[in-house]
Amino acid sequence: MRRFRIAAFVALTVALAVPAAGAGEASNSGVFAKFGKGEGQLTMIAWEGYAQDQWVKPFVQQTGCKVKRTYAGSSDQMVTLMRKGGGGQYDLVSASGDASLRLIYGDDVATVDPSKIPDYKNFFQTFQSPPNNTVDGKHYGISLQWGPNTLLYNTKKVKPAPNSWAALYDSKYKGKVTVPDNPIQIADAALYLSKKQPSLGIKDPYELNQKQFDAVVALLKKQRPLVKKYWALAGDEISLFKNGDAVIGASWPYQTNTLRAAKVPVRDLIPREGATGWLDTWMMSSKAKHPTCAQMWMAWVSTPKVQAQQAIYFGETPVNRKACALMNKITKGSCAQYHANAPESYYRSIKFWKTPIADCGNGQKNCMDYTKWQQAWTQIKG
Amino acid sequence: MAAGLDADQGLAAPSEAAPRARRRLGSFLWRHRWLRALALLALPVGAFLFVYLAALGALFVSAFWSVDPFTSEVVRTWGLDNFRQVWESEVYRRIAFRTVGIAAAVTVTDALIAFPFAYFMARIASPRTRALLFVLVMLPLWSSYLVRVYAWRLILAHDGALNWSLAKLQLPTVGVGYSNTAMWIVFSYIWLPFMILPVYAALERIPHSYLEASRDLGARGWTTLRRVVLPLALPGVVAGSIFTFSLTLGDYVTPALVGGAGSQFIGNVVFESVGIANNVPFAAAYATVPLLIMGVYLVVARRLGAFEAL
Repeated sequence: MRRFRIAAFVALTVALAVPAAGAGEASNSGVFAKFGKGEGQLTMIAWEGYAQDQWVKPFVQQTGCKVKRTYAGSSDQMVTLMRKGGGGQYDLVSASGDASLRLIYGDDVATVDPSKIPDYKNFFQTFQSPPNNTVDGKHYGISLQWGPNTLLYNTKKVKPAPNSWAALYDSKYKGKVTVPDNPIQIADAALYLSKKQPSLGIKDPYELNQKQFDAVVALLKKQRPLVKKYWALAGDEISLFKNGDAVIGASWPYQTNTLRAAKVPVRDLIPREGATGWLDTWMMSSKAKHPTCAQMWMAWVSTPKVQAQQAIYFGETPVNRKACALMNKITKGSCAQYHANAPESYYRSIKFWKTPIADCGNGQKNCMDYTKWQQAWTQIKG
Repeated sequence: MAAGLDADQGLAAPSEAAPRARRRLGSFLWRHRWLRALALLALPVGAFLFVYLAALGALFVSAFWSVDPFTSEVVRTWGLDNFRQVWESEVYRRIAFRTVGIAAAVTVTDALIAFPFAYFMARIASPRTRALLFVLVMLPLWSSYLVRVYAWRLILAHDGALNWSLAKLQLPTVGVGYSNTAMWIVFSYIWLPFMILPVYAALERIPHSYLEASRDLGARGWTTLRRVVLPLALPGVVAGSIFTFSLTLGDYVTPALVGGAGSQFIGNVVFESVGIANNVPFAAAYATVPLLIMGVYLVVARRLGAFEAL
């Protein structure tokens, strides 16, 4: 999934690495107070851009934990790597919501104690115990960063301004719609249907039984003739909006900000039905060889400064509410752009990605799993 | 045999041992031709057997396996489910037909464009012009495939170069960006050199005396073209079509970049089955479809004499 965002971070690297490096050094003493001495080493699997020297180097200096990074290209690869050789080859993984439950139920990751992480109390409440990394009150990792899937539209071409996802299914915009080329997009349609057709009884857009799933897939098949292109890279969507091939679509804040910077008349919003979003979590292997260093890292990346650096670098939103001011220091106005200071209700309106599994959570095992989602997505695109 | 022995004895001048041993090895190999052939072919044949065929075999075997939906690990139990899914699902059939249809359209388009071009190059152009045309044909191949596809994306976009030009000429604009039409145009452009070169080679090989004989026998230009040139050039066209057809059939980058909402190729489904769903067995099962199509195509092409024109 997340490989789609690589293009985004590459572009940002160029634009922002320099000012970010110039930000003032904040004192981080006390971050590691609750830990003993580290094991001197730390191995991790990360998304590219998640372990930059900017914040890795100071970590190594302060803890003596030498960091060995491995970048993964997809959630599936992360799951495979964490299980390689019986597990334990890597201490940490920056799992996205579509991988985290697989790791938890596969006993691949260990529980962590959030009270050891000083900044945990500064997290927005939504991200302290989200269902994609917290099961039965046990924390299998510490939330890192997130981003919403927003409704993006051209303000000159789309009038009146939309306030519902219904706009993406409106034949008025035939051939001018673009949505992500990603099976998890089915959840967006499920979210819309959960409000539009309450009789279907959709409670969670990631837990769909056969009947609900069929209704969602039928809606997406009806949407297909309206779609100009299913975008795979953030850059694809940007060029679609720039060249007038699309006037409305599902998007991320990164595209909105890039397009607005290029003077394209666009705006994004979270429609009244709410939205889906991704949330990444640092998780520790259940067989980690360097657990102290691993938890020190979790504490380190939760600090406001690292949160701000990573948010700006990658184009996503921090979970620590104290990161906002520091983001503005690095790039003026970035905190508001990425909704890092929004009220708690905003975060609650986001349904975060989680792996669709057969177990619906109600004792029944009749939900559609991820393989079904992927096959249905191929069918929808035809 | 006799000649070999003669040479061995006759040339065996008293000298150091090394050249003599080498000569003896040489004559030994000369006498056992199969050994020589084996030594020559061991490396390529080995590579072919162990790298190419073994990989294909592994792919084919894995097509019978399945994937555990939760752990996403391959389960090595035998079954025909993947093939049944490919066969029964209307979508996978439609995608296969789309792939073959566009590959065929691209092949016909390229043949129609390449033939007059190659004819001019082979039989009309002066050597200087011919050299220049060769460079022009090959020139696009020097740049990256991706760059050329992206360039077409800009040309065909809604506010792209094509519509801009049409608007300047007071003509109605077209909406071909991100569609099957766009794929057809881009594929035809990208694979054109692979059609021109074999057709050129076939046309150049036609002896001039044939054309003179045809004229002497009273055939006009059109009849000569139809009854002499075309049949002799056909193997070249078929050889070129193997390239254009198979290259289009196996591509997934152009559909992903310039294709629209309903433009998936077999390659895209395979790519997504492996890359997103981690479902290698299904990808393997679907990948046997183009393999079969190409097998049939090559048999027909051989019948038409394409392999002599390669």
